[in-house]
Amino acid sequence: MPDQVGLELIAGQLEQQIPGGVVATTFFRERATVEIAPGAVRDVLSALRDDHGFRALMSVHGVDYYPEEPRLGVHYELLDMERVDRLTVKLRVTVAEPTIQSVTPDWPTADHQEREVYDMFGVRFEGHPDLRRILMPEDYEGHPQRRDFPVGGEPVLFTHNDATSPGWTR
Amino acid sequence: MDQVSTGSDYRAREESITISTLEEQLNSQRTGQTTELLTLNIGPHHPATHGVLRLLVTLDGEIVRDLKPIVGYVHTGIEKTAEQKAYWKVIPVVERMDYLSYYFNAMAFCGAVETLLECEVPPRAQYLRVIHLELNRIMSHLVWLGTSALDLGAISMFWYCFRERETILDLFESSSGQRMHTRYFQVGGVIEDIPRGFEAKLREFIAIMPGRADQYADLLRRNEILLRRLRGVCPLDEASLLALGVTGPLLRAAGNPWDLRKAEPYCSYGDFEFKIPVGTVGDNYDRFAVRLAEIYESVKIIEQALDGLPEGPHITEDRKVALPPRHELATSMEALIHHFKLVTEGFRVPPGEVYYAIEGPRGELGCFVRSDGSSKPARVHMRDPSFVNLQAIAAMVRDSYIADLIATLAMLDPVLGGIDR
Amino acid sequence: MALTREPIEPGSFRARQLLARDMLRGDLEGLELERHVEQSILTTTLDRAVAWGRSNALFPATFGLACCAIEMMSVVAARVDIARFGFEAFRASPRQADLLILSGRVSIKMAPVVRRIYDQMLEPKWAIAMGACSSSMGVFNNYAIVPADKFMPIDVHVPGCPPRPEALMHGILKLRKMIQDDPDMGWRERYGAEGTEETLDAAEPAGA
Repeated sequence: MPDQVGLELIAGQLEQQIPGGVVATTFFRERATVEIAPGAVRDVLSALRDDHGFRALMSVHGVDYYPEEPRLGVHYELLDMERVDRLTVKLRVTVAEPTIQSVTPDWPTADHQEREVYDMFGVRFEGHPDLRRILMPEDYEGHPQRRDFPVGGEPVLFTHNDATSPGWTR
Repeated sequence: MDQVSTGSDYRAREESITISTLEEQLNSQRTGQTTELLTLNIGPHHPATHGVLRLLVTLDGEIVRDLKPIVGYVHTGIEKTAEQKAYWKVIPVVERMDYLSYYFNAMAFCGAVETLLECEVPPRAQYLRVIHLELNRIMSHLVWLGTSALDLGAISMFWYCFRERETILDLFESSSGQRMHTRYFQVGGVIEDIPRGFEAKLREFIAIMPGRADQYADLLRRNEILLRRLRGVCPLDEASLLALGVTGPLLRAAGNPWDLRKAEPYCSYGDFEFKIPVGTVGDNYDRFAVRLAEIYESVKIIEQALDGLPEGPHITEDRKVALPPRHELATSMEALIHHFKLVTEGFRVPPGEVYYAIEGPRGELGCFVRSDGSSKPARVHMRDPSFVNLQAIAAMVRDSYIADLIATLAMLDPVLGGIDR
Repeated sequence: MALTREPIEPGSFRARQLLARDMLRGDLEGLELERHVEQSILTTTLDRAVAWGRSNALFPATFGLACCAIEMMSVVAARVDIARFGFEAFRASPRQADLLILSGRVSIKMAPVVRRIYDQMLEPKWAIAMGACSSSMGVFNNYAIVPADKFMPIDVHVPGCPPRPEALMHGILKLRKMIQDDPDMGWRERYGAEGTEETLDAAEPAGA
């Protein structure tokens, strides 16, 4: 992991290349996180790959920060295999405007993972070659992993539950 | 995906076949005329898809021109369920994700929570974890070997591999009481120390396992049919694999020795001496050989862990995280209160976000945990290796036969539970 | 002297005697004849023989969904050998199978597929819900999965997560006993159904 100083250096260089890109940095439990503006995601990831050596994108996943706004977050886990460094890039968007650029043209590994973030959280990725639901049925309504989506579930269908869940045997 | 090369050299390998229809098709390919493409649906119910995977293949005769995997047929909402449960109750839920490597799922989650808690895992617990992780790796590779050989036609391999698997499951049952999804790893260590007799049985197992692996290798490694089906079939070069985010034995088969056990040692893997098997070409045969060789390396690790097993507690002594031993409940009031709080509410984790990655049998298995200070996680995400590796299948099988598609899918080792979560 | 005629109870010995007399005279026709033949001793023995044959020659369909599928593979493996009972011929095509072992969690995307496969199986057919997830949501009680009883009739539920191979074997043997001793099982009698089949023209499958 880049240590605190390294993280600040990277953030500083990113800010120079992409003004207004970096929003915050966090160094927590020996792990470095850079929070960026949603519009700058493709540029930031390319800069990290070309200039800082983070050439492997390991994971793209979404987080719902409900009730804090902006609610939807997308995390990119980057890995530098030569120096064995990890860096998390995160951004936050609101539910009202959940559109960001897709990084799939630069990083083919983000293909299915961005589809999963879209499916589960509703974040739209512009420029994604094939943005449709991947885990839920294609015509499903709602984004299940948002925190205000109900967990769902059914009462267990014991025979003696026929009194409370009537009619299931018919 | 322009930067991904297919690496297919079917033109060069094509022998002259006198079936006229095939020749016509090949001719038309050479002259650039379009032939009629057929879109075929393989799965989700299919004997060879290793789970409920649906593949939409676009075929030109028997040659696969394009492939689209469609997943989600065993999506269980594990990540959403995990948000409703206290941290230690998440462990059984998360274990059922990639159902062949349940210890790894638990390890990734426990590691992430331990990082958040800044909780020390005692060395005996770490060595016990390593023993069970490597046993699970061997078991996962055995199931892979059995079912892949079944796909390729070597049906008796299935029974041999499952014979060894039964011995490993006996060991799991003796240490934790369950064959699969054992809930043995807990946050802070392992739930119970190994019983008397476990070490003896384990030593018996590691004495016979290399011999058995030799037997499997003898059966398969120089078999003409297997070689024809695997050698030189569907290779993919390292750059494409890295672009697609592929890790694990698939990447090692292409020549890149990336293994998190060596690169970012966790859970005292740095104490053990073992090699990383690496392939050269990256074709199906290398993927097969790498996994077979990993079985031997895992046996070595288990032996070293067993020889060097330190004494000590099997779970952290921090009573705010781990249950106190039962005999203390009779004498100490604090122990009773801790026990009560842990069982009813669970431990609270300070707010933060952590991504913890380990080397699973299929690649990098990462767990992202976000905690908001309460006793339930606010977000659990498992970066499953099969989910990311599956993206490579299209690039691998372009321009090869359906039979090669089946063989490549077998060598890819996808586990749909992990893909769909 | 008043002649009283006692009503003859259906199913009593006198009624059966009269039916047998009518059949010998050639007076029984249609439904009555069928019913008489069904109830006669000869056919019952034949039924029992057929049930014995069916129960000892089950062809399970290869239908592994999740973790329980690995334990189902263990049942086929050497320690708990399903071939001892003659059930080792797992058929890939549902048209050739008569036992569907639903091993694993059924997600909402998969449920129509499972139903379709079950409909494609030919009568007589049975279904075993293996594991807690297919019987009753299991560990995960959430939006994504469906208990199998909601969309298809199940004959035997095997609990466990995953059930040991011995437990699954016990469930299969219980099913075998059910087929042998009591062919009019459970849901068929309750619904008065013939079974479920996929028909090409009708929107609804025949029976329940």
